[in-house]
Amino acid sequence: KRANRRPAAKRGGAKGRGRGADEDEDDEDEEEDEAPRGRRKKKPTKKRRDASDDEDDSEDETPKKKRGGAANKKKGGKAQDSDEEDSDVGKGKKRKKGGGKKGGKEEEDSKGKKGGAKGKDKGKDKDDDKDMKKKKKKKKDESSSDSSSHSDDEEEESLSEGEMARLKEEVEEKKKLIANIRNKPWRMKRRLMHLKEAQTFVDKFEGALGKGKGRKWYAYKVMMTKVLMGLPYGSVPRKTVPRAEQPTAQDYSVLMDFQTLCFPKLTQSVHLLDVFNLPGYCKYSVMFYGYYNDQRTIGLLKFRLPLSYLMVGIGTFGYSLMVVIRTMAKNADVGGGDGDEGEFTFSWKMFTSWDYLIGNAETADNKYASITTSFKESIVDEQENQKDENIHLRRFLRVLANFLIICSLGGSGYLIYFVVKRSQEFATRDDLSWYEKNEVEIIMSLLGLLCPPLFETIAELEDYHPRIALKWQLGRIFALFLGNLYTFLFALFDEVNTKLEQEQAIKNSSIWAMKEYYANYSRLVNDSEATPPPMDPADVIRGPCWETAVGIEFVKLTVSDIQVTYLTILIGDFARAVIVRFLNYCWCWDLEAGFPSYGEFDISGNVLGLVFNQGMIWMGAFYAPGLVGINVLRLLSSMYYQCWAVMATNVPHERVFKASKSNNFYMGLLLLILFLSLLPVVYTIMTLPPSFDCGPFSGKAKMFDVIMETIDLDLPAFMGTIFSYAANPGLIIPAVLLMVLAIYYLNSVSEAYQNSNMELKKKMQMARDEEKNRRNNTDSTNQVMKDLEDLLPNRSLIPLAPPPEPGQLNPAQLCTLSSPTKTKPGSAGKGVNLEKDVALASTNPNTRGPVSRPPGPRGPGSMAGPGGGQGRGRGRGPPLR
Amino acid sequence: MGNKQTIFTDEQLDAYQDCTFFTRKEILRLHGRYHELAPHLVPMDYTNDPDCKLPLALIVNMPELKENPFRNRIVEAFSEDGAGNLSFNEFVDMFSVLSEMAPRELKAIYAFKIYDFNVDNYLCKEDLEKTLNKLTKEELTPEEVELVCEKTIEEADLDGDNKLSFTDFENMISRAPDFLSTFHIRI
Repeated sequence: KRANRRPAAKRGGAKGRGRGADEDEDDEDEEEDEAPRGRRKKKPTKKRRDASDDEDDSEDETPKKKRGGAANKKKGGKAQDSDEEDSDVGKGKKRKKGGGKKGGKEEEDSKGKKGGAKGKDKGKDKDDDKDMKKKKKKKKDESSSDSSSHSDDEEEESLSEGEMARLKEEVEEKKKLIANIRNKPWRMKRRLMHLKEAQTFVDKFEGALGKGKGRKWYAYKVMMTKVLMGLPYGSVPRKTVPRAEQPTAQDYSVLMDFQTLCFPKLTQSVHLLDVFNLPGYCKYSVMFYGYYNDQRTIGLLKFRLPLSYLMVGIGTFGYSLMVVIRTMAKNADVGGGDGDEGEFTFSWKMFTSWDYLIGNAETADNKYASITTSFKESIVDEQENQKDENIHLRRFLRVLANFLIICSLGGSGYLIYFVVKRSQEFATRDDLSWYEKNEVEIIMSLLGLLCPPLFETIAELEDYHPRIALKWQLGRIFALFLGNLYTFLFALFDEVNTKLEQEQAIKNSSIWAMKEYYANYSRLVNDSEATPPPMDPADVIRGPCWETAVGIEFVKLTVSDIQVTYLTILIGDFARAVIVRFLNYCWCWDLEAGFPSYGEFDISGNVLGLVFNQGMIWMGAFYAPGLVGINVLRLLSSMYYQCWAVMATNVPHERVFKASKSNNFYMGLLLLILFLSLLPVVYTIMTLPPSFDCGPFSGKAKMFDVIMETIDLDLPAFMGTIFSYAANPGLIIPAVLLMVLAIYYLNSVSEAYQNSNMELKKKMQMARDEEKNRRNNTDSTNQVMKDLEDLLPNRSLIPLAPPPEPGQLNPAQLCTLSSPTKTKPGSAGKGVNLEKDVALASTNPNTRGPVSRPPGPRGPGSMAGPGGGQGRGRGRGPPLR
Repeated sequence: MGNKQTIFTDEQLDAYQDCTFFTRKEILRLHGRYHELAPHLVPMDYTNDPDCKLPLALIVNMPELKENPFRNRIVEAFSEDGAGNLSFNEFVDMFSVLSEMAPRELKAIYAFKIYDFNVDNYLCKEDLEKTLNKLTKEELTPEEVELVCEKTIEEADLDGDNKLSFTDFENMISRAPDFLSTFHIRI
């Protein structure tokens, strides 16, 4: 709408300027105020200029006037246009135009010429003028646009100005209607009718008043918005995620991101079955640290492998940290956005939970189930609030439950420690059974399998609210996993340390072997000068390469984890479902409803499995880059596999609680495990010496020496100095201090925001209460209510009778305006005047008076009091009140 | 235009374009969809505004509506006679309101009408129960239904008349984060 007006106003301004008007008009922002003055100045009599200026100022003091002036300005502008377009303009016409241009002028004219009849209330005068002379003016306008042979005396001219203004308003109003008609809650038929009406009106009079450029501009705008906002069908994929996938969807996406982004090139197939027989071929494959060598640069492009190895290893952590934290921040943002959640829990569930986009039967079924679940969840919440029980008993039970769980955690920790110790013992022997070789992995997988159900059983004692119980459960399983992982790690460190000692010995022996080799060679050839051919690398005595050993441990862990997960699903879910389903025909009790029943999808376990798995990737990827590839395959296949399993063999959880609500909880776990897996890796990078004969860092005292080397050799000298300065404690300590200060500052700022947030919430609550009270007292006349009533089906139409005219003026309707609670089904008619006020269109910024005024003939009563004029000017509220 | 067959005149298309959130092309597509629902009933030539209405049963079988628990109410809400017979105008109207571009206020009005099962311009308990049962396929126990309906009214009812007027509804729905994204059919 505004855009619609703008060009008109501009045109007015431009024209004015073209005629040598004041420079004031150049400022478009002030245009609205200035324009009338400018036009006035165009008056042939320059002498009057000052006087009129003064008058203008005085008029500006009364807002009513100003508005009138502004409105007139626009019209004036258009009038000019139309006048100019008529190429055969006569003098009389010019005069008329001059009058039409200025709104304030009209008043002057009427005051001066008609002789004080109007008195002080100029605004009212204007209205009066217009109303009374409207008919006549319209006629005149038409005639003037039709033919240019037209002579009017001074008085008529001024009248025509008012009329023009009036007409302009109407045209504007109609245009507004056209622009917003799609936003009106009317039946299409009524819309079409009104549109037609408005268009004919606009065409008729805009032809007289100016070019219909506004419409074209509008059409262009609509087209643009459609191009910009309305994507073509089908380009946006359906966004409903099947319910079963919802709890995992987010985690998957985040987790997958890391892997696919970090090492896209390293995915490669691995013979999974062989992995249990590591060390086999795989041990020397690209999967492990030991494969990469210490060649400083490779190829023409001088690819610096050791450096990139280190950078990728560290960069992965940096990137992961960033992603996790950003996701958490985003989630927190979303959580803070609808702060008044809880206010409308049930209502929103009731009215916005169905996704109208769903067009697939299966999705729909899932949606039904999920909606039912969410309602049940809310119901339990609600009941939980009302429950009140023996608090002592509950406390005792909770303490007991926690005690039991700590016991089992401790037990599992000790078990792992024991097993790892034993495996170190086994490592020295060769006559091992398959079980003894893989004892650690098997025990860990079994613990991961058995403990969660145990915890769940124990948690029954606590009788928490399901969502809180879920969190406890997750926390405990997490602690279990973490404990296991760290026990495993410590055992691994032991092993690494022994390997390092071993290495020292081997290093000596391999140097010795090398010397022997050369000595033997020279002795055999009997020529001390001859250079011996290099030793076949396969024959060199090798160090244990502890990095590869660590990598192998992680890969073994991952593979056994995959096997356990898949087997669990196959046996625990699928076989169970098959048995329950088919044995049910010949069993003594109802298997489906009774004891075994179908499995439930274990959200907590699966999510934690993902988190834990991610932790292993982070930890292991540095020593076994191929781990990433294995995990990509594993996650991809397990997503489809589990999806199938869930759809085919599982029943919805009895009390499923949406996991997505506690998004940040999972993200927090992820962050924690990221930190915990970062620790050992960074520790090894920074402190342990790399193997002397394997891996990209062989021969260096520390892994990060690669960076120093690069700085020294590849970068210009001054960079080295810069880095040495940057590494100076004198710089680092202030930097750390600065960061601490920044953290402190941001923290206090966020606290302040939180406070103001609370304050605002309180205010909103108060406003709501107030609104409640107000609504109780006044039965407001709401135009939208009227439209709603209007939309009630017209029962009389069922036998396909011609529908009643929805737009006809029904005087009786006017009376019901003040009592909207009275519903009259079938009352289709409504006053044309009233419709104008349905300010449904959000795109309607126009609150100025002239446009919102109904175009219909207005009785003289409406201008009785100044208050009426004001109200109308603001353009809000029904004009008849 | 240069089409083989004129379905609408240019003015008609312009008018539809002004009255809906669709472009010309989309209007023609909609006509195609409308036509294929009942090829023998719906004329291809709409230039002279033929009086033709399709019954509810045909329309709710569109894939866009088929799975919707409120499909009957949607169609009824947009039909002038309240029985679900839709003329092409009303058909276009329906998808225009449900389109992505329609403003929240407009959607709220029609959502209110859709959930107003007994067509009295108030959402009373009866309406809510029906809504709820449709949403959950009647899987909730009567007590639960009762509780949910009571809570809903308690939450959203501002004037304390134990039913939701449009103002209550609008106030509630205007803050619902999901309303715009869910009350939306792509055709």
